[in-house]
Amino acid sequence: MKISFSPEDEKFRAEVAQWLTQNLVGEFEQLKFRGGPGDEHMFPEARKKWEQKLAQGGWSCVGWPKEYGGRGCSIEQQVIFNEEYARAGAPGHVGHIGEGLAGPTIIAFGNAAQKQKYLPGIVAGTELWCQGYSEPGAGSDLANVKTKAHFDEAKGKWIISGQKVWTSLAHESDFIFVIARTNPGSIAHKGLGFFLMKMDQPGIEVRGIKQLTGTSEFNEVFFDEAECDADDIVGEPGEGWAIAMGLLGFERGVSTLGQQMQFQNELNQVIDIAKTNGSHQDPVIRQRIADAHVRLKIMRYNSMRMLSDAGDGGLKKEALIYKLYWSTWHRDLGELAMDVLGPEAEILASAPYNLTRLQSMYLFVRSDTIYGGTNEIQRNIIAERGLGMPKEPKVQLK
Amino acid sequence: MEFSFTQEQKMIRDTAEAFLAEVSSSEAVRTAMATEQGYEDKIWQRICAEMYWQAIHIPEEYGGMGLGYVELVVMLEEMGRYLLCSPFFSTVCLGANALIIAGTPEQKQQYLSEICEGSLTATLAYTGKNGQWGADAVQATVIPQGDNYLLNGSFRYVPDGHTASLIIVAVRDEGSSGEDGISLFTLDAHTPGVSRTWLPTMDETRKQAEITLDNVIVSKAHLMGAQSKAWPQLNKIIHLATIATAAEQTGGAQQILDLTVEYTKERVQFGRPVAGFQAVKHQAADMMLRAEVAKSAVYYAACVAEEAINGGPLAGELAEAASVAKSYCSDGYFKNASDAIQLHGGVGFTWEYDVHLYFKRAKSSELFLGNAAYHREQVAKLLLD
Ligand SMILES: Cc1cc2nc3c(=O)[nH]c(=O)nc-3n(C[C@H](O)[C@H](O)[C@H](O)COP(=O)(O)OP(=O)(O)OC[C@H]3O[C@@H](n4cnc5c(N)ncnc54)[C@H](O)[C@@H]3O)c2cc1C
Repeated sequence: MKISFSPEDEKFRAEVAQWLTQNLVGEFEQLKFRGGPGDEHMFPEARKKWEQKLAQGGWSCVGWPKEYGGRGCSIEQQVIFNEEYARAGAPGHVGHIGEGLAGPTIIAFGNAAQKQKYLPGIVAGTELWCQGYSEPGAGSDLANVKTKAHFDEAKGKWIISGQKVWTSLAHESDFIFVIARTNPGSIAHKGLGFFLMKMDQPGIEVRGIKQLTGTSEFNEVFFDEAECDADDIVGEPGEGWAIAMGLLGFERGVSTLGQQMQFQNELNQVIDIAKTNGSHQDPVIRQRIADAHVRLKIMRYNSMRMLSDAGDGGLKKEALIYKLYWSTWHRDLGELAMDVLGPEAEILASAPYNLTRLQSMYLFVRSDTIYGGTNEIQRNIIAERGLGMPKEPKVQLK
Repeated sequence: MEFSFTQEQKMIRDTAEAFLAEVSSSEAVRTAMATEQGYEDKIWQRICAEMYWQAIHIPEEYGGMGLGYVELVVMLEEMGRYLLCSPFFSTVCLGANALIIAGTPEQKQQYLSEICEGSLTATLAYTGKNGQWGADAVQATVIPQGDNYLLNGSFRYVPDGHTASLIIVAVRDEGSSGEDGISLFTLDAHTPGVSRTWLPTMDETRKQAEITLDNVIVSKAHLMGAQSKAWPQLNKIIHLATIATAAEQTGGAQQILDLTVEYTKERVQFGRPVAGFQAVKHQAADMMLRAEVAKSAVYYAACVAEEAINGGPLAGELAEAASVAKSYCSDGYFKNASDAIQLHGGVGFTWEYDVHLYFKRAKSSELFLGNAAYHREQVAKLLLD
């Protein structure tokens, strides 16, 4: 067991830090500490440009293999990149769904043509993706997807109809990956397909949903005979579930370390406020701030364990608990921030409903324990896969 | 960065587990805990002679195995899982650590060698009656007398204090307070003026004693570290022991989870195993989360402890790593043990089932060396003051 980084890795760290200092300037200065969950509505255009700047510097998709345009960084280097990125206050990636989900899925399951068609746009930061999984009737019960896909022989295309919901960044995206039912009459996880679709076409309509923050980061997406090219289905028709699930495996990974740096930035802000308004002398607040610090530190150690173990294969216990742990931590931080602010917590940045960074964090964290698998679903998974406890009883579907 | 166990470390863990499953069964624990000594000589001798665990992180020049703190922590985790009743913690994590950190070359040569031979058990006495765990805990006093020192005062909560043959004592100059005026001495338990009383405890698996020094005279050869200035050394010894305690807590938190999962899978109510009820599964899932998170904290702290002893860039993080680990593990172990009683139902409340042994150990180890709130306050001082 060894937790320090090698001198070469430290050299790499210096290189990353230097590039960021030199490039996160001028028009990009305003992006510092912006973007990311809860702040996705800020500066989308400028952040897209930043994404392209990163690509020019060779800093996009750093963990992807070189043959697909990535940088082929080792786990250590990815950890370092993500840490330095967040430390510098570089903005949340608007392209994170492409880089973190769509791309790795296409690399793992896609064919040569799909790789050639889609990966370069993700690497260049010019093509953004969104995730079309959830539907009004398929949230936690994702296998209950109703959106239909049938192959139109005459057109030589897949025709998709149905509705997705809670689709983050659909309004900014060029492409969407969709799970839809290819086998009429099939139920649950059988008979699904995994489709790569262009957003800008007549059969797709995106409607923003106003969130409790007053802003809109996610959307309803309606499919009315929308088209998908014959060779843009990943894997075989009917086998989409395996791919959809494989993708969920990519949701945890080295980016978690960058996320923690963002958490650290937020906690630092809370600490500064506590020191300024004197609440740092309140023994209860002291305990809660220290507890947040303790648990954030351990979050880092936990992901180091998770990443170090990655080579062994198989689902490790420290990886199973990860989502439940960070989402709960972040939710608690939101509450702590408000309590540290005291009555000032209520006062908006401006009318009509412009929140301060901490206010929007406080409100947005309520979603952390919901998306990507709710805390309840996470606990089911931990109990069943981690502890071998009995599976949830299956209700007979008609 | 390779934050996972090496093959050798996994082997140490597996060997320890197999041995402890044999010698520290529920019956063995119950037999040992009912005695005043608190452990069986036979088993301790086997640990020393067959397993050589007491020598694990002692440098080779004194006959030790010269392994690191990570290896020590691997062992402690297993001992915590099996509630091993032995003077291992007091001898190795208090006594040997104190000698390694503060001992003179002569003291190290003599005592560390004896510990490795299995002929010496040791402990550390620094806490007074005031219930403190930092420098304030030291209340016993020292007065220099020519070439000798006169020691007076009493210590409480001393692990295995009534049985250890070497006691490392912390004393302070008369009239000094806080971190000032603290000295460390090695003290043979049979020195005239030393009296030792066993303090019966709620957690019977770990024995504590009160030690009183009544005009005890020791020579200069017994002084460790710098006279009146030994707080930094003592502090470091305490941090190392804190990490060791957290490691034991981790093992306990895991074992009580395993026992609970096993029990709930077998216990049938409403026609199905209670493990199938979501209210039960979700509590178990939270228990697993706590056990895993505790391990991450402890393994990291072990790496830091290793560097604090043998040098390395992380050495300066010792105090923080110890408090991070101890605060999380104290809460985590206690919560796991209390959930375990709940999920066992009525049998969880009996003397017969082992759950209460873990519940009691969870509390005693939480209180020992400072509870979670104490350690959070240590962290708060670093962050906020
Ligand atoms: C901010 C945000 C962004 C999102 N972005 C996307 C996106 O980009 N793409 C996408 O496809 N989806 C996205 N989602 C959707 C998200 O994945 C779903 O909201 C989530 O899976 C939960 O589904 P649901 O909202 O339908 O809740 P439901 O499934 O209706 O659950 C309601 C409640 O019941 C509980 N529950 C349900 N089933 C069980 C069970 N078996 N056992 C115990 N409790 C249960 C849940 O935990 C929850 O508390 C996003 C959601 C949010 C909030």
